[in-house]
Amino acid sequence: MIRRTATAVFRKDLLIEWRSRALLTRVVPFAVLVLVLFAIALDSEPLVLRAGAGLVWMTTLFSALVIVQRSFELERRDGALDVLKTLGVDGTALFLGKAAALIVQLLTLVVILVAGAVVLYGVNVEPSALVLLVTTALLGSCGIGLVGTLYGGLVSGTSGRDTLLPLLLMPVTAPVLIGASRATESAFGGDAIDATTAWAWVGLLAVFVAAFAVAGAVSFGPLLDSDS
Amino acid sequence: MVDVRDAVVTMAGFPALAGATIAVREGDIVVLAGPNGAGKTTLLRLCAGLVAPVRGSARVFGLDVAEQRDEVRSRVGFLGHANGLYGELTTRENVAFHAALVGASRDEVDAALHRLGLGGRLADVPVARLSAGQRRRCALANLVVRRAGLWLLDEPHAGLDATARRELDDTLLAASRSGATIMFASHDLDRLGTLRPRIVRIESGCVTSDSSLRKGAGQ
Repeated sequence: MIRRTATAVFRKDLLIEWRSRALLTRVVPFAVLVLVLFAIALDSEPLVLRAGAGLVWMTTLFSALVIVQRSFELERRDGALDVLKTLGVDGTALFLGKAAALIVQLLTLVVILVAGAVVLYGVNVEPSALVLLVTTALLGSCGIGLVGTLYGGLVSGTSGRDTLLPLLLMPVTAPVLIGASRATESAFGGDAIDATTAWAWVGLLAVFVAAFAVAGAVSFGPLLDSDS
Repeated sequence: MVDVRDAVVTMAGFPALAGATIAVREGDIVVLAGPNGAGKTTLLRLCAGLVAPVRGSARVFGLDVAEQRDEVRSRVGFLGHANGLYGELTTRENVAFHAALVGASRDEVDAALHRLGLGGRLADVPVARLSAGQRRRCALANLVVRRAGLWLLDEPHAGLDATARRELDDTLLAASRSGATIMFASHDLDRLGTLRPRIVRIESGCVTSDSSLRKGAGQ
């Protein structure tokens, strides 16, 4: 039952994204522009190389705000979320379906941003660091996607949601930002962090993802219910 | 089907329902009439399991709305002022989404679209391009595909022109004939001719008159 509902929500969210092309036409240009502007602003090769990983994840976080707000705007516009609540749709399934769709979009964005960092900042990813980079991209996207879905749902019924979401989301995702940036820096060939330390940061990301997956699955339904 | 007895429901400390009693049989079409704030929407929400009575009782399909809320919600179709549709998706995709939630087949989606007059070209049009009446019917198709046995509609005719109202009435009549029980709130009792519904008047949170009881008394 949960799997069926989550799959339906996941497919519906991705179908809407495919139809509207919001990620490709609005979010990706914004994210790439941020990367370019950082490169121009820093204007120093060693500095850009060092900051590249952090810039990728900072840009992902900023872009995630746009994607999360849009994801819940779709549910709010014609009262779709209210209708789903009144029909007794399982809150856990709704959370998992929406989070999975968000994670797919974020992962696509991270891949584009990493490619952008390689082209714009000249970072070098060794084949041996690919596993670390892929794992970090996956867990970082999961972390931001899960927290984004939880807080997006929490503020979706409030009047000041556009300003409230960044205020709630950014402090909570700080561990993801730090952990993913450190691990990505190592994958980008930075000598400040060795592979063992990088994998320790990946471990922190995994713990964060597990904690918010459980917290979201348990609390999303009651949160939505208390809103009705 | 619906058995509400002396139900008291409070909203923000005020009694939105103050001892309402109503019984509805399978296949009935019941209109809840009354001024703004009379308790019509609250009575619909009570029957949908969205609010619980603080006194009295409310049972739907024999299920207690307070104790068996999730079971009630899964068997009831509640439609408020919003249609709950996704403008980017086509009519068929919107209905197919609700079908996927309950495990209904593609044939059931096609049957629901056909039943609501949304088959053919309209099925593949993005909902954002449909008229208000067509969007309302798409929302009702979602209830059909969810196999809701009780339709609870809050002001379903609001914002519709004469043609769309007539189409909606035909839809409700057809749904009733195929076994659905329908309760809806309305201000406009003058335009309910074709439906010939049972009219239940609510004032200050209480049922003050019921056309079926009057008919019964007159016979």
